[in-house]
Amino acid sequence: MRTNRFNTWLYRHKSARAALLLALPVLWLAVAYLGSLAVMLVSSFWSVDSFTGNIVHSLSFSNFHTLLTQRVYSTIAIRSIGVAVAVTVIDGLLAIPIALFISKVLKPRFRSVVIALVLVPLWASYLVKTYAWRSMFADGGVISWALKPFGLHGPGFGLPATTITLAYLWLPYMILPIYAGMDRLPNTLLEASSDLGATARRTFTSIILPIIYPAIIAGSIFTFSLSLGDYIVVKIVGGTTQLVANVIADNVGTAGNLPFAAAMALLPIGTILGYLFIVRRSGALENF
Amino acid sequence: MYLSRRARMLLATLTFGTLGFIYVPLIVVAINSFNPSRSFSWPPQSLSTVWWGRLTESNGVLPAIATSIKVGLGATAIALVLGTCIAFAVSRYSFYGKNTLSLLVIFPIALPGIITGIALNTTFHTFLDPLNKELALWTVVVGHATFCIVVVYNNMLARLRRLGQSLEEASQDLGANIFQTFRFVTFPLVRSALVAGGLLAFALSFDEIVVTTFTAGPGTETLPQWIFNNLFRPNQAPIVNVVATLLIVVFIFPVWLSQHYSQDGSAGGRL
Repeated sequence: MRTNRFNTWLYRHKSARAALLLALPVLWLAVAYLGSLAVMLVSSFWSVDSFTGNIVHSLSFSNFHTLLTQRVYSTIAIRSIGVAVAVTVIDGLLAIPIALFISKVLKPRFRSVVIALVLVPLWASYLVKTYAWRSMFADGGVISWALKPFGLHGPGFGLPATTITLAYLWLPYMILPIYAGMDRLPNTLLEASSDLGATARRTFTSIILPIIYPAIIAGSIFTFSLSLGDYIVVKIVGGTTQLVANVIADNVGTAGNLPFAAAMALLPIGTILGYLFIVRRSGALENF
Repeated sequence: MYLSRRARMLLATLTFGTLGFIYVPLIVVAINSFNPSRSFSWPPQSLSTVWWGRLTESNGVLPAIATSIKVGLGATAIALVLGTCIAFAVSRYSFYGKNTLSLLVIFPIALPGIITGIALNTTFHTFLDPLNKELALWTVVVGHATFCIVVVYNNMLARLRRLGQSLEEASQDLGANIFQTFRFVTFPLVRSALVAGGLLAFALSFDEIVVTTFTAGPGTETLPQWIFNNLFRPNQAPIVNVVATLLIVVFIFPVWLSQHYSQDGSAGGRL
């Protein structure tokens, strides 16, 4: 009875069971995926032969030299981080009132209906939603049509359109953690605050905000990093605007410069890891 | 907390304002799909279903949908196996690097798609070029599976933590071996979490464009790629509206279904 012996052996050896479970995932994630990331990081020190177009596999700092000395790249970097920050702030300002309204004002039986109403359409396809904003911002689109009676023009395609569309896309990533955080906040705490004479504003700033702070940070990780890495939205509604992810995407492919793209990619990676490092202490990472 | 009437009204107004912000663009797309005019104009002068009738004759939509379904099924299958393995290992065993692994699972989705995309692109080229092979459908499946693992993992981990181990221990005390215990005790208890995780993984894959762009071979076109490629062609705009409207309706269903199946309240399930 070979299978029985195998079963018994497995039953007795806990570490063997764990090893069997882990072998394939570790091979996939730690070896293949992390390995790919490592190759990409290393390739940022390579360069491209300007005559043959082949990649030269030898240490060179030329990519970083270009990135640091040409003004256009620092402008693009600052613009991209600015967009990511703006998107995060807009989403935070939209998400907090909604979460507060649903969890603390609405009666429990309406809660799940309204939260579904808020979240379900936001799970619609990423590309469809971006396309929807193209119809909004287009010349002769909904926004310019709505503003026409007031003698105003829509902003058209550009940086504002990109920021609004990104904020729209990542809003659920902000609403979900904040709503979950508010839902966990006991009502008795808020009642105690009122009983002790605090105004609604004081209760909000001294009780609610400090408690949901990790949830806001958790949401901001998504809105920030997703905005920083996006190049589809800016292509669809951004007009000629250039962001970091555009530059990366345009440098991949036969005509491009993969080592330069890899060097440019270090900026979003570095910024996101730096952000994670800063917020690590807030306890936001345990929310995942 | 006592909120004045004015504060409640303000919160309600903000909430319904945001609901408008959420719904208006999607409704505009849906209305536009009934706009008979070829050129983009708002508001539509009349309504007709002419473009809906031409959906199937438009070149490329149906093959793109087929490609997306193939990729989604492949990626979901891999993600189900790998995500479940990690969830079991993390919830049932203690091992060196456990925290690192649970962080590593989130990585492919926490890092921008473009990073995962070009990292995989570089690696595929490194291994495939010497063999004179090109990127193809399976390279997209590999890319998608990598970021789908996390949704299966999260759903399973939540379920396994909630279940505890007492039922499995009881099964083994009564003489069932490890595989019997899994087959007759554990699996039925986690089945609905698997369904929820699988549906979300499929939805995530079906929707993805960035990793797809960098891992797809020539001739491989998923539905999001088809939309992106036809978006800028004025001639195709009416059909894009129809496909987009169809997707809005189709997408909402699996999300609703997966919420129905996962009773763990894991933040909407997608992450």
